[in-house]
Amino acid sequence: MATEAIARPPAFERIPLGQRLAANGLDAVTALCLPAALFIIALFIYPFFYGLFLSFEPKKGDWLANYQRFFSDSFFYGTIATTLWLALPVTIINLVVAVPVALQVRHMRWQRVLTTILVLPITLGTVLVAEGMLNYLGPQGWFNRVLMTLHLVSEPVKLVHNYWGVMLSLVITGFPFTFLLILSYVTGIDAVLEQAAATLGANARRRFWHVLLPLLMPGLAITFCLSFVQAFSVFPSAVLLGAPAGPTRVISIAAYQAAFEEYDYSMASAVAMVMAFVQLAIVVAVLGVRGLFYRGPAAGAKG
Amino acid sequence: MMKDNTIGARLWRTAIWLFVGFFVLNLFGMIAAVVTSSFATRWLGTWLPAGWTTRWYFAAWSEFQLDDILIVTFQVVFAVVALAGLLGVPAAYALARREFPGKRLVMLLIVLPLLVPPITFGIPLATVLYRANLAGGMSGVILANLVPTVPFVILVMVPFIEQIDPRVEAAARVFGAGTFRLFIHILLPLLIPGVLAALLLVLVRTIAMFELTFLTSGPTSQTLVVALYYAVFAAGVRAVQSVDAMAVIYMVSTLIWLLVALRFVNPAQIVTRAKQQTAN
Repeated sequence: MATEAIARPPAFERIPLGQRLAANGLDAVTALCLPAALFIIALFIYPFFYGLFLSFEPKKGDWLANYQRFFSDSFFYGTIATTLWLALPVTIINLVVAVPVALQVRHMRWQRVLTTILVLPITLGTVLVAEGMLNYLGPQGWFNRVLMTLHLVSEPVKLVHNYWGVMLSLVITGFPFTFLLILSYVTGIDAVLEQAAATLGANARRRFWHVLLPLLMPGLAITFCLSFVQAFSVFPSAVLLGAPAGPTRVISIAAYQAAFEEYDYSMASAVAMVMAFVQLAIVVAVLGVRGLFYRGPAAGAKG
Repeated sequence: MMKDNTIGARLWRTAIWLFVGFFVLNLFGMIAAVVTSSFATRWLGTWLPAGWTTRWYFAAWSEFQLDDILIVTFQVVFAVVALAGLLGVPAAYALARREFPGKRLVMLLIVLPLLVPPITFGIPLATVLYRANLAGGMSGVILANLVPTVPFVILVMVPFIEQIDPRVEAAARVFGAGTFRLFIHILLPLLIPGVLAALLLVLVRTIAMFELTFLTSGPTSQTLVVALYYAVFAAGVRAVQSVDAMAVIYMVSTLIWLLVALRFVNPAQIVTRAKQQTAN
């Protein structure tokens, strides 16, 4: 029991710096993620803070002038309500419809065919959907023709260049997005759990409310946030299919006009910051509500 | 699994299929309306056009200078694909193979540009690019499009690399392979399928990326989707059929790549990432 054996030299004298870093996972391989991280910092984080500071340096007036202008002019602050009035109903409709459809589709053999079809509007993008809807839903379009042939309406329904045009375009591109997200969550729920509930005598309705829905809640919250944020930032279809001067003057149009028509980048940044803030507020609220529900694994415990 | 055959359950199933059918029918109707219109001689107040022609394609081609626009589009798209791969794949490799302090922060940094919609971060980004004299040209468009695509490549590639057994690499090291030979003979062949899938998805997304390109492009750096937006926006200046012909050209150039991509990936991956594989 010699005491010399215990008296070791301090660790940092023995192990070179490179090895100590490597022991913590910092070596040449880790450094491979540096270029991408620096790129995102330079072109995503930096512009955000640049915009934030720029919004406090208005063209004229004191540092809050942009925000004072935004919240005192209904031409600006009204866009928040306009955008919410589009984005919230669309998100809720898409979510409420997508859940039963996803629950039904998950066992289907031709699931892949349907998902492929539904990927089309997402891939084609809002601009093409807008052009298609101008043709299809217009007063002379096939949709109105069918309605009139079936004598459901006596004269064409006005579905473009107003609120409904933008609303429908958000459903056409938003529903597939919501559906595919929810489908990926639904397929992640272990079928054993539902079978167990059925064995214990729960009917389809009780299985949904007491087993599936609580397990889906985290996924639903995330999907709601993503779909809402997408819908809230609607831009091309609000211009092309809506009435951008009035009922569908959404917040992104206000930001765009400030930047590229007035060339007031400071004001545009302020509008963009308000837009980001509203999105963040809704996301935080939804995730906060979600915290009240079940948290836990969606896979069966043991086989 | 258990199939409920009560009347209520059957009605419910029927209602859901009716809804899906209605949605798909309208979707196809919308696409078919554009295609039909692009081949129409005159189409006013009837179910089908009075006659058929292909002349609108030639008209659109010269009116919108589509040869220039297509060249710009493919230059932008392939530059974005190449750079997103070069930046994204090594980063994904590092994140899949190493645990290090601050990894969660790096992951957050990577997820954020995908969660924040392009128009929200596009305006400050365009401002910065204009101040740096980068916007208005091709380089600005490419840089802006890289912001969401680099994270996308990383998020698709990380689970893919994680499922490659690190012992394969270790074995190659044991047999004396240097880093270069390890990369060429071991990693590259194993990574190719994942990289291909990720880059094809980037390709499809970049062709269709409207907002960022719109905010950063100048007259000589418009991609097809931005040119299409301006054409639809100025409706009435050109014949509807001409705009529709351009829309069909855009549709074809997107769908070709989508079809190629779908040979390698699950369609749901365009929205989510390889969830299905990890979930079950």
